[in-house]
Amino acid sequence: MNHIAPGRNAGVYSYDDIDRRFVAERVEQFRAQVERRLSGELTEDEFKPLRLMNGLYLQLHAYMLRIAVPYGVLTARQLRKLAEIGRKYDKGYGHFTTRQNLQFNWIKLEDTPAILHELAEVDMHALQTSGNCVRNVTTDQFVGAARDEVVDGRVYAEILRQWTTLHPEFTFLPRKFKIAIMGSDADRAAIRVHDVGVFAKRNERGEVGFTFYVGGGLGRSPFIGKLIRDWVPEEDFVAYLEAILRVYNQYGRRDNIYKARIKILVHELGQEKFTQEVEEEFARLRGPKYRLAPEVVDEIRRRFGGPAYETLTDEPESFQAAKSANPDFARWVAVNVLAHKVPGYAAATISLKPAGGIPGDATSEQMELIADLADAHSFGELRVSHAQNLVLAHVRQDELFTLWTALEANGLGTPNAGLIGDIIACPGLDYCALANARSIPLAQAISARFADPARQQLIGELGIKISGCINACGHHHVGAIGILGVDKKGEEFYQITVGGDPTLTTAIGDILGPAVTADETVDAIEAIVEVYLSNRHDGERFIDTLKRVGHGPFKERVYAAH
Amino acid sequence: MALSDKSRNEAVLKAITANRLRDGEVIFLAPGPGLGWVERLDAAALFEDAAAAETALAAAKTKAEGEQFAVDVYAFDLRVVDGQRVPVKTRERIRALGPTVRIDLGKQAAA
Amino acid sequence: MPLIKDGRIVEDDWVAVADGEPVPADRPAVVTFERWQAERASFDGRNAALGVRVKSGTLAPAIAPDLDRFALVAIEFPKFRDGRGFSTARELRERYGYGGEIRAVGHVIPDQYRFLLRTGFTSAEAPENTNPESWAHALTEITVAFQPSLDDPQPLSLLRRRLGS
Repeated sequence: MNHIAPGRNAGVYSYDDIDRRFVAERVEQFRAQVERRLSGELTEDEFKPLRLMNGLYLQLHAYMLRIAVPYGVLTARQLRKLAEIGRKYDKGYGHFTTRQNLQFNWIKLEDTPAILHELAEVDMHALQTSGNCVRNVTTDQFVGAARDEVVDGRVYAEILRQWTTLHPEFTFLPRKFKIAIMGSDADRAAIRVHDVGVFAKRNERGEVGFTFYVGGGLGRSPFIGKLIRDWVPEEDFVAYLEAILRVYNQYGRRDNIYKARIKILVHELGQEKFTQEVEEEFARLRGPKYRLAPEVVDEIRRRFGGPAYETLTDEPESFQAAKSANPDFARWVAVNVLAHKVPGYAAATISLKPAGGIPGDATSEQMELIADLADAHSFGELRVSHAQNLVLAHVRQDELFTLWTALEANGLGTPNAGLIGDIIACPGLDYCALANARSIPLAQAISARFADPARQQLIGELGIKISGCINACGHHHVGAIGILGVDKKGEEFYQITVGGDPTLTTAIGDILGPAVTADETVDAIEAIVEVYLSNRHDGERFIDTLKRVGHGPFKERVYAAH
Repeated sequence: MALSDKSRNEAVLKAITANRLRDGEVIFLAPGPGLGWVERLDAAALFEDAAAAETALAAAKTKAEGEQFAVDVYAFDLRVVDGQRVPVKTRERIRALGPTVRIDLGKQAAA
Repeated sequence: MPLIKDGRIVEDDWVAVADGEPVPADRPAVVTFERWQAERASFDGRNAALGVRVKSGTLAPAIAPDLDRFALVAIEFPKFRDGRGFSTARELRERYGYGGEIRAVGHVIPDQYRFLLRTGFTSAEAPENTNPESWAHALTEITVAFQPSLDDPQPLSLLRRRLGS
């Protein structure tokens, strides 16, 4: 049942001729850069930052191309194009990332201009998915759909996407720069572990403004972002960010790559001094030149359009009947489906984490199937979540059973969103040139150990996050259980942390004890879960039990055999 | 992938590797004075002493980079165990074979 | 080294004077900021134009008080990846209203030329053996920009402008 013509965007920013012209020119610019590299006019040292700004890395086996999915939102048509590129230029699959992007692992440099050209046909690109520039802005995967939403973050994320695109002053920053934005009171975008984290909110007059946190980040030195301003009016949104970036570009360290992120600058200057520098720059910038006029915001908002919702009621009879008749469906609804702001609709998470599977990987066939389902059930629109799953955000509740049946028939109905099997993992040493240890095999072993959906549901909300090196692409610091791969004299070991939290109550996990082998890690997770279950009070989440009883019992059980 | 005790007794040799610029393919320096490259570790030149490896590395790097043929040229350690060439580090084993989680892909699949 | 202005290689009227070398009195000369600080009195009464060369770590506020003495500010890029100079140039123009020549020296590549112009630079020193076509091409290959800068006469909105070539 199609609500709209297939291929039409609903809730996805629609390009006009200027946007298209820009992306096309950028493709040709990169084509020329590749030619200049192959001819020797550009050295590898000079070419590397240029290719990184087009999302192209050199990894262990080949080049890796990271394609931007701006703030994680894309159309069914765009997903079909990604499936096609996967088949034509890669090995028939892609990997969804924690920055809501998609990457291909087996790309040839000489094919890249053609791939970017094909992406441009569906208004996509790989701009600034790497390099020392402002990266893809991320947000809530339920943006525009969540019942608790106050401000639609897509509009402001798109404004940032445009403003940061080939920014003449901020394209050679000391280090990469990641911004996240949330428009709800909840935090589903890990706001306080970003270089800049923004909460969009409304004042008592209904006007939009922004709360800014700066200097959060994971990696070698994890920091939680500091509040530097509680209210930046909408019209100053761009000016304020411009001020932050100018302070960072001028004063951020360039002598040591490990100290170059803005978190170190904020830490070394101190929150007060840093804020003062930003405020002084902001006072100079504030004015007509940088004013974000309401007309500009309205124009961007208009370009998103919006799904033409029907007038429905929550919990229709057929939906209730399907849940009663089918416990597996009821479980999937309980775990993977979230309330929608419009009655009668729901947001459904399609888990890319089958038991024993590779987290975030999807084949071209799966992408095409999901694109068809997005057309049939969610206005042709979908999202990539930072947990490496896909989301159909606007599904009629009376169509959920049909959707689930199709997913289940294709191995995509795993009911584990937010549970222990929904593991975030970076590509690790199987693909990544920076990794010290493998991440994926460990994720596979853990999700296989906890394959039973009933047991997963019994354990409840428990995020495991795995990184194959200290760069922390798998966000291990903020996992309720975090796992960091380390290399000890050529052997892979894993360090376990507990108590991390990416939400409003942001916390960096604590190291439980000495690193252990991969096999021991799986047993350790099992032991941690057992200690939790035997200690938890009714309704208590893992991190709450941990806070109450402390690390002692967990540590004791995990290291009992040592 | 832990090495057996037996393999630790084998001598540590060196081979030279890089990624081919135009497609990123993992390549290994071939035997012989021509400083050519091959795609399989089985066909790579092996060096018994570190000095010879250093000399070959410098020459191969100058030529391959000068001709825009390869990037990230470096030497790594390996052993020959039961006739098989086994890199000492997991990273190099994975480069020589392919991802351990997709044995249908990479050089290991082409065998 | 070749000097790029308006997308092509031009004659350089300026002479760069190393520290310790005599400064020619009869032609435009560029001295280091360190020398200027040490010997500033010696330039009193100079008729020929004077320029100053600043290291990437010397930011705009440091030279702002003396800007009216310089007809040229040369901003050094020790590596092309060190982007501090973009902010320095922009601050010189927007914050301090500097109207003289701003030149990028050290290591910059044609792919940065448009960024240099958009942040207030007027000229750039290119590496020996540079391909002049790449610099000319850099002015025409991208015709849309999404943020305010120093070279847009008629922005369509805060986020939209067409770039001239």
